[in-house]
Amino acid sequence: MIRFLLRRLVTMAVTLLIISALVFFIIKLPPGDFLSNQIAELRAQGESASIAKAEFLIKQYGLDRPAWEQYLVWLGVMPGPNGFSGLLQGDWGWSFEYDKPVADVVGDALWLTLLVNLAVVIFIHLISIPIAIYSATRQYSVGDYLATFIGYIGLATPSFLLALILLYYMNRWFGISIGGLYDAQYAGEPWTWPKIQSLLSHLVVPTVVIGLGGTAAMIRRMRANLLDELSKQYYVTAKAKGLGPTKALLKYPFRMSLNPFIADVGNLLPHLVSGSVLVSLVLSLPTVGPILLSALKSQDQFLAGFILMFVAILTVVGMLISDLLLAWLDPRIRMGGGR
Amino acid sequence: METPLLSVRQLTVDFSTDAGNFRAVDGLTFDIPKGKTVALVGESGSGKSVTAQAILQILPKKAKIAGGSILFDDPKNGGSVDIAGLPAESDAMHALRGGRIAMIFQEPMTSLSPLHTIGDQISEALKVHADVDPAKANQRTMDVLARVGFPDPKRALTTYPFELSGGLRQRAMIAMALITRPALLIADEPTTALDVTTQAQILDLIKELQSETGMSVLLITHDLGVVANVADEVVVMYRGRVMEAGSREDIFRNAQHPYLKALMRAVPRFAMAENERLTPIREVTSRNLPSVHAPARVQPTGPILKAERLTKSFTLRSGWFSGKSQTIRAVSEVDLALPAGRTLGLVGESGCGKTTVSKIIMRALTPDSGRVLFDDGTGPKDVHKLQGDALTAYRRSVQFIFQDPFSSLNPRMTVYELLTEPLRIHDIGTPDERYERAKQLLDMVGMDQRALRRYPHSFSGGQRQRLGIARALALEPRVLLCDEPVSALDVSVQAQVLNLLKDLQAALGLSYLFVSHNLAVVDYIADTIAVMCRGYIVEEAPKSSLFRNPVHPYTQALLAAVPDPDIDRPLDFAKLREGRFSQPSEWPEPFRIKPGEFGAMKEIEPGHKVRLGHLTDREAA
Repeated sequence: MIRFLLRRLVTMAVTLLIISALVFFIIKLPPGDFLSNQIAELRAQGESASIAKAEFLIKQYGLDRPAWEQYLVWLGVMPGPNGFSGLLQGDWGWSFEYDKPVADVVGDALWLTLLVNLAVVIFIHLISIPIAIYSATRQYSVGDYLATFIGYIGLATPSFLLALILLYYMNRWFGISIGGLYDAQYAGEPWTWPKIQSLLSHLVVPTVVIGLGGTAAMIRRMRANLLDELSKQYYVTAKAKGLGPTKALLKYPFRMSLNPFIADVGNLLPHLVSGSVLVSLVLSLPTVGPILLSALKSQDQFLAGFILMFVAILTVVGMLISDLLLAWLDPRIRMGGGR
Repeated sequence: METPLLSVRQLTVDFSTDAGNFRAVDGLTFDIPKGKTVALVGESGSGKSVTAQAILQILPKKAKIAGGSILFDDPKNGGSVDIAGLPAESDAMHALRGGRIAMIFQEPMTSLSPLHTIGDQISEALKVHADVDPAKANQRTMDVLARVGFPDPKRALTTYPFELSGGLRQRAMIAMALITRPALLIADEPTTALDVTTQAQILDLIKELQSETGMSVLLITHDLGVVANVADEVVVMYRGRVMEAGSREDIFRNAQHPYLKALMRAVPRFAMAENERLTPIREVTSRNLPSVHAPARVQPTGPILKAERLTKSFTLRSGWFSGKSQTIRAVSEVDLALPAGRTLGLVGESGCGKTTVSKIIMRALTPDSGRVLFDDGTGPKDVHKLQGDALTAYRRSVQFIFQDPFSSLNPRMTVYELLTEPLRIHDIGTPDERYERAKQLLDMVGMDQRALRRYPHSFSGGQRQRLGIARALALEPRVLLCDEPVSALDVSVQAQVLNLLKDLQAALGLSYLFVSHNLAVVDYIADTIAVMCRGYIVEEAPKSSLFRNPVHPYTQALLAAVPDPDIDRPLDFAKLREGRFSQPSEWPEPFRIKPGEFGAMKEIEPGHKVRLGHLTDREAA
């Protein structure tokens, strides 16, 4: 067990190192960078004071150095102008676009993103698992067809469109503005109880909008998995033992059908961050998605780099968690020899 | 007369399918007396499993009991209930199911949940039916595990099914069924998936438990040998109807119904005459065999295929978390020789390495040491050193027939595509010629040419296996490696396929390596038989001398364990009970082989060789 964990941690570190290099150089691929673009623009307008500041920043962050040196400085394994100060030391760098440290830019957004998407994940599972069980155990019944039909609508509706529609009608019928994650008056305020209440009430619509497609997909997959398991012999054995239908279903086929979803946890975590960019833009949610989009567009390299690295870490950690969960839940994996 | 425990009257079960209703059980009537074993015999599709499911009310959704009654006269409650009248999910039915009527299934691997421990699954059956506290339930579970022959019941509680051998898994199933002390045990093909020696032990165990508890057993099987050994009464089913019923004596000594007679003629037996042919219930005739000939080829002077001292080990990693790995020697110094135009039978229990040997021969695996020689008439060549054109030629010459006719044909290809794929791969012929060849192949295996445009799913198991044979013949091979080609088939279909293989061999001059666990089948088709155990060839002989004079203790046990459909030749359960014949280190001297050693083969009469632990100096010289 310990050896397994150590081995996995080493591979994780190596994976992250490779990802960090890829991330950095892909951001660097387009010619120029945020500051030199800005300088060119300012020069055209003839603003020398700003140019001086920009040139100071270029020196400060070593943007005049070769890309590989910038990378190592960013990583924190090579001394920059301020000594060793990079990701490894916890310094996430400077956002040129916002003109503040990256940590300040993403601070609230990061955990709000996690909150929204966690709500979405819980919503998806709470809604889809009971429906899937209903559908699978009553295959080809009216209820099954209805769930399937609604599922297809859910799959086919673009979530940003749904967001726009809800945005419009909520405002028109109820006079509620559902944009943002809290009422405008709380922006920049410290977290008080009324602000949290406002947050919770604003959470409902994004959760439903973002979760709808996922719910539909999940119902389809869960239903298919469960149908496979329902035809297995061990389920007949359980019934032949005299178990009631609900207990036999939940203890045996349902538990088996969960395996693919546990294996999916690794994919779920990064989705928490990057999955809902469009909806976040439409509903103007203060989440990381829109920030990442604009950072990539304007080549705000440290900001984009940090967010991408964050997603990478979530992925790798998610994979580890799902592997550990799988091993814990499935003795065939834990003990090997699973035929 | 005493009221029977279960009496089925005019039972009718319908399946509603897209194509309309289908009557799987049609007016079935039979009784199960108290304390007796009734065998329900028939081919697959005869409705015998459906009958069992109807008794427990665990029919598939599409099926329902359309009429008749199932009267269960429980000695414990007094008075009888009509199971057919109870709703499937009623409390009374839940109490009967698993409590008074228990069932064991064919495939012990898939019948147990891989995610739950044996102890959990067995004690659950008790907890559902009796109000017991966990400690008592555990104790009862351990008792029943000990009774069915688990060496360490305490450890078994926390064992998962995949950690057990097939025999132990089936014992666990039996424990699960018997922990509630039911009045009726339904055993649906309980030993079909097991090796013969294990089968004999399981049958023995069921018999013993029956005499202890006085329960009745409904044994569902297609194996007349099993029936002859354990049943008191026999009910023969065909298409949902009873064809013949009576005591074991009546059925075996004085079969009346033509269907039963035909069924008996289709089973290979040891006592068959030299050139006696099996009679399948539905004979298939190859339309063009007399006209097709073996291509004129130079015949090798020696054996066409020869294996020399093949050894192969596998490394197993045990689990994610332990870095430990284990090396298992699957094949140990195997020598085989296949003469051209003959059949070499390779017999052994599952896991003995026979499939590994066939895979090494077809170059799907590389041996650790030893070599395979193939002689196409130009002298023996080492198969594993072949390259380029020579390798392609070898691939054409040696083809494979698989065990499972369902998974070995791609469901997305038509029969035409399946049969011509080998030709396309080897770039032989024009499309027109391939089409002609496909039609010819279908004729050879006795199938209609209209099959060409159909997909595999529309054929029965036997037809699919014939398609598999036709595909293997497409490239005009010289050697066919048949890996358990009939073990997934019904007896009647088995006879069909075996006869077809024999006819093809005679017409085309093929050589077969025939791998099987079924001694009777191998006896029917092979000229020479090699018996394999734990990676060793323990005995090799022409079939007549092997069956007349088996020398090795393992061969003897194997022969003794095959149930013969002849009530005058019962199994000797007492002899098989020791169960230590597949451990090379526990064979009696001079056969004992210590771990890590290979022993050596000794010729005791012409062509009859036996593996001994070690040769004396004089013999070695």
